[in-house]
Amino acid sequence: MRTSLSERLLDLAVSGFLWGFRILIVAVILIGTIATIRTGKYTGEQWTDFVIFGISQGSIYALIALGYTMVYGILRMINFAHGDIFMTGAFAAYFLATWMTGTGFIDNNPVLGLVIPVLFAMAVSAGIAMLVERIAYRPVRNAPRLVPLISAIGASFFLEYAFRGFFGPGKYAYPPIKALEGSWTILGTSVLKIQVIVTIAAFIMMAILYSIVMYTKVGKAMRAVSENKDTAALMGIDVNRIIVSTFALGAAMAGAAGVLFSLVYRQVDFFMGFTPGIKAFTAAVLGGIGNIPGAMVGGLVLGIFESVGPSLFLEGIGITRPYQLKDAIAFTMLVMILLFRPSGILGERITTKKA
Amino acid sequence: MQKENFLWWSAVKAGLLGGVIAIFICLIGMAEVFSKRDVIEKVITLGQFVLLATIVGMGFIASRRTSGILGQNRPLHNLSSGLIAGLVTGLMLALFVLIGLQVNLRAVFLNATTPLYNILTFGKGAGNIWLLPVIGAVGGLSGAAFLLLPDVYRRPLTRGLIFVIFMAFFSGLFRVVMINQGPGMSAAAKSLFGQTGLTMGGALLFFFGIVALSMLWNYMGKGIQTRISGLPKRGQISLRVMAAILILYITLMLPSVSGAFISQVIVTVALFILMGLGLNITLGFAGLLDLGFVAFYAIGAYTVGLLTSYGPFGLQHVSFWVAVPIAVLVAMMSGAVLGLPVLGVRGDYLAIATLGFGEIVRLLAGSDFLAPYFGGPQGIIGIQKPCLGILGPFVRVDVPRVCNGIELGTPQTIYFVAIASALLIAFVAWRLRESRLGRAWMAIREDEDVAEALGVNLIQTKLLAYMLGAAFAGLGGAIFATLIGSIFATSMQLLVSINVVALIVVGGMGSIPGVIVGAIALIGLPELLREVSEFRFLIYGVTLIAMMLAKPEGLWPSQATKRELHHADAENVTAETLV
Repeated sequence: MRTSLSERLLDLAVSGFLWGFRILIVAVILIGTIATIRTGKYTGEQWTDFVIFGISQGSIYALIALGYTMVYGILRMINFAHGDIFMTGAFAAYFLATWMTGTGFIDNNPVLGLVIPVLFAMAVSAGIAMLVERIAYRPVRNAPRLVPLISAIGASFFLEYAFRGFFGPGKYAYPPIKALEGSWTILGTSVLKIQVIVTIAAFIMMAILYSIVMYTKVGKAMRAVSENKDTAALMGIDVNRIIVSTFALGAAMAGAAGVLFSLVYRQVDFFMGFTPGIKAFTAAVLGGIGNIPGAMVGGLVLGIFESVGPSLFLEGIGITRPYQLKDAIAFTMLVMILLFRPSGILGERITTKKA
Repeated sequence: MQKENFLWWSAVKAGLLGGVIAIFICLIGMAEVFSKRDVIEKVITLGQFVLLATIVGMGFIASRRTSGILGQNRPLHNLSSGLIAGLVTGLMLALFVLIGLQVNLRAVFLNATTPLYNILTFGKGAGNIWLLPVIGAVGGLSGAAFLLLPDVYRRPLTRGLIFVIFMAFFSGLFRVVMINQGPGMSAAAKSLFGQTGLTMGGALLFFFGIVALSMLWNYMGKGIQTRISGLPKRGQISLRVMAAILILYITLMLPSVSGAFISQVIVTVALFILMGLGLNITLGFAGLLDLGFVAFYAIGAYTVGLLTSYGPFGLQHVSFWVAVPIAVLVAMMSGAVLGLPVLGVRGDYLAIATLGFGEIVRLLAGSDFLAPYFGGPQGIIGIQKPCLGILGPFVRVDVPRVCNGIELGTPQTIYFVAIASALLIAFVAWRLRESRLGRAWMAIREDEDVAEALGVNLIQTKLLAYMLGAAFAGLGGAIFATLIGSIFATSMQLLVSINVVALIVVGGMGSIPGVIVGAIALIGLPELLREVSEFRFLIYGVTLIAMMLAKPEGLWPSQATKRELHHADAENVTAETLV
């Protein structure tokens, strides 16, 4: 095909710009890292702390990312309201945990005091996600792509501001579990107990989810539906039921993540789902959307980058108070991934046929 | 027998749904907040009205479902299903009050307060609770009966009711405006509008007035329409010119009549029309969902701020008229810079990527790192007002330049700038849509691959859509910064982008009048009604979902969308024009 000179020039300009962008980002990372390491402002112990915090944070992102990745795998749809499902779980657990603290139950049984709110949050989140799917997503499932996305944005705002209406705009303090305060010494470094617990809990949840998807009949059906809805229906799979259970499963993970998140940050409010939601989506894309192990890897990578990044790259190039730009690092990573490797680290697993 | 059971169950289901909605309205605090405003003074508050509307609506829906199941209207069945639905809703509300009076729901739900229960029981506590099911039954019955009315009566009644509610919403506004007009009007205002809502007389007057007009239109409307279209062409044109002059006159006179507050609201609406028209190019014409629209708004605002501010962060001290074109250009260039990387990614990823950009811009603008340039959390203050005339020289920081001429400092005067820009941009958008470029955008929206095969350069065309959208947003931001006189990074929230998306979706994607309707409905109404603005984003959420489910083409769809929906007609038209 012949193209005019101006078009070829434009294409050249575009690719030149993109290369410039890549080189700029790599340069910032390299220069920043070298500069920071040369100043030696942080000790090795501090770096370990950053990484450990990143892992615990990243495992929460991974847990949320599972919901995005599963839904996208089946419906090719960004469930914009997923972050708010995470928030509903946190609220549910907050009220239960506050009541349980009031009766003294949590202080007596710290393990149950952790597990019961998590289970409750999972149930509430799954229920709300099923409602959202039924009301806002199912009727527009076969519409052009923008329609379900806008409907999902509507659902997200509805959930946020309904919860604001119910519980007010203030921040609630999640009750502390006394047994989880303080730190343990693992391999010579002291680690906050809460971070260890959160990481372990997140990994247990992910293992459960992975085995459900890989080794149960429902999981098999989910994989079949994500491969091809029509064929799956012909094989006797109730597609609607499988889609609902995908939503419920993903939402249950998000609900659990909501509890873990509020255990770490001790804060519950109606808008808390927004940023973690976007970051978890980043994690899902980072790992390769539709890919369950990918979501876990993506979450961890994002968490570590976000935790180490401000001090490592940004401080080196002379940015004051770099932790303010923590979220900007995550968003930049999102843009970069979409730009340079949209299929993610482990490769996306969705069928190429458009839904 | 089975069908009877089914009917029962469907009515009960409608009632349960109504109950859930009604309790939801109570728990999010809407019932209580709305009770501070009346629809008709001393008769019904807005809160009561919303609950009543839920009940009546549920009666109507139950009745319609019954007709659907039976395949026809059977008054007895319809009425009884409406009655059941309303009764169930009322019973659920009563149960809610009973539980609420026993258990302290307030430990969880902030709005489950005693005032709420007082509203629900008409201030008399548990003794009055039997009223709720009774009202429910009567409301449901009337909703069901409404369905049975013939169309000739139903339409005028609906219009009358809608008009009364509309007037009730804005009664305070009309009252103030009319009282300002002089003693004659003031007496009329006081007899029609009360402090918080319509008076009984006003409500009756409006209701029957509209019903009568609407009935009259039913009988005469056809005649008038044919007479207008029967007029010779010059007559039609002069009619249109007269209408245009009238609208122009109203537009020019409005700020001096209505005062600062309403002017400010109109300016805000005009700004959102500007941004809506911009995003309409990106989203409506080219089909690219940009959730980071606020980034360009921020860039426009900050450029004007930095160029004109007499505060500590002002770099230059040029006049508004010089700064605005620069701001638009800067926004356009940043549209290119931000657009180039992301335009290659596929449709729904684009939304998230642009959202990321919007957040990055906000975080950077508010960070301490860039605070020496952009003021960080303190923002930029002291933005010079536009001046029609000669601007005096810059003396020193914190002293505004003197304007020898007319300073457009108040909302009433910025109003003209905003309206003029909105008109200009509407014109530009309209011409763009009809151009070759506009058709290329629509082609991309419908099918990228086909468009590319037909020789549309994807990157170039998409980039132009993105840049023009950004330019309009920049203009909006520039005017906003001047109106407010200061800029803060915290006002550059994602919510601004969502506002713009919502108003386009409501008005109809790709439709220019739709953007205007959407902006008035979604920005103007909540600004005017404080009670509503508290639930603004909740209502947005519901609206977005409802629009997508029921009417994805919007309230005022563009001709193209309409044509797509009626393919046969479109083919006829083209055939005729070709001949």
